[in-house]
Amino acid sequence: MHEWALAEAVLTTVLDIAAKENAEKILEIDIVMGELQQIDMETFKFALENLVKGTIAENARIVFETEKAVLKCNVCGYEWSFGEIIEKLDEEAREAIHFIPEVFHAYIACPVCGSRDFDVVRGRGVYIKSIKVLGGGK
Amino acid sequence: MIDPREKIIKERFRNIKRIVSVAAGKGGVGKTLIATSLALALSRRKYKVGLFDLDFYGPSCHVVLGVKDIFPKEEKGIIPPTVYNISLMSIIFFAKEEPLPLRGKEVSDAIIELMAITRWGSLDFLIIDLPPGIGEETLEVIRFLRDSEFLLITTPSKLSLEVVQRLIKLLKSTNVNILGLIENMAMNNYMGVSKKLADKNGIQFLGSIRFDKEIESAIGNPEKLVSTQFFTELEKIVERIFLTNQSHQY
Repeated sequence: MHEWALAEAVLTTVLDIAAKENAEKILEIDIVMGELQQIDMETFKFALENLVKGTIAENARIVFETEKAVLKCNVCGYEWSFGEIIEKLDEEAREAIHFIPEVFHAYIACPVCGSRDFDVVRGRGVYIKSIKVLGGGK
Repeated sequence: MIDPREKIIKERFRNIKRIVSVAAGKGGVGKTLIATSLALALSRRKYKVGLFDLDFYGPSCHVVLGVKDIFPKEEKGIIPPTVYNISLMSIIFFAKEEPLPLRGKEVSDAIIELMAITRWGSLDFLIIDLPPGIGEETLEVIRFLRDSEFLLITTPSKLSLEVVQRLIKLLKSTNVNILGLIENMAMNNYMGVSKKLADKNGIQFLGSIRFDKEIESAIGNPEKLVSTQFFTELEKIVERIFLTNQSHQY
């Protein structure tokens, strides 16, 4: 997912949660980043810091956790990490996966049996794990 | 764990006046050709039009338009490229010519991702080309784009008529707006079968488009496509449902 689009999505979501909790201020946002999305953290932070200005999330502490991506072949059962193969992909494929992770099926095959039919065991998406607010619940 | 993508989707579609999803029960009935031609017909009348190819296994709106080597622009998300004054978004920009074998949850994830990152801007019409059937693509449109109106396509074949009925039942059960049924590849000896089915299911029959032997040679060539019998007959239906009767209910 594109960093700016993601930052906008994260902010929209946390503001919505905070509004439902009648919170006065958002103090902390805890985000889990799946490796597969290859988010450029500097760009994402820059985008989020820009977007939160003037909102109740301004100055909130942003906590990131990165989740390594693991893939598992549906045909032979082999498990491998995305980190092992990322370097072998060309720039175009990496960019395509960055935007829409599911297109990895177009560019990646199981290293053992060659099948493109595999699952992402973990590390696919970006999730908001928790937010801490002032004036409402957690 | 909260998926932040879902909240932004509404925002992305906020400035679109009408969303029309072109759907059918069976494949090969002309959905893509009708969806793309509908986009062309509306854009020729100076409307701002988007075309969203949601057929991940067989994306082909770009084939009808005869475009290649185009890519969306990155700008706080992605902005669809414009071809023939139509903003086009398709999985082909990312999967290129490669096959894309996706399982159920992955189809949903890819749709949500595309919906969350695509910045359509202001549009009069967004035409969505759905794959056949009642799989994830149709279900995600029903889930996220509640304002979408469904334009259903069938041929006079029993095979198509039988299956489109299931789609009609599903759509009616979810209370989405069905614009009506278009019969494509109409043949003289099967006159009236599609209208009968529409009447039986309580939806509007929007008209027939006769089988056009010349249509294949116009695929990939929009200049030629707009002068075919197929396009002329579709335009009459477009005039009637979108341009003369603007009253529709959400």
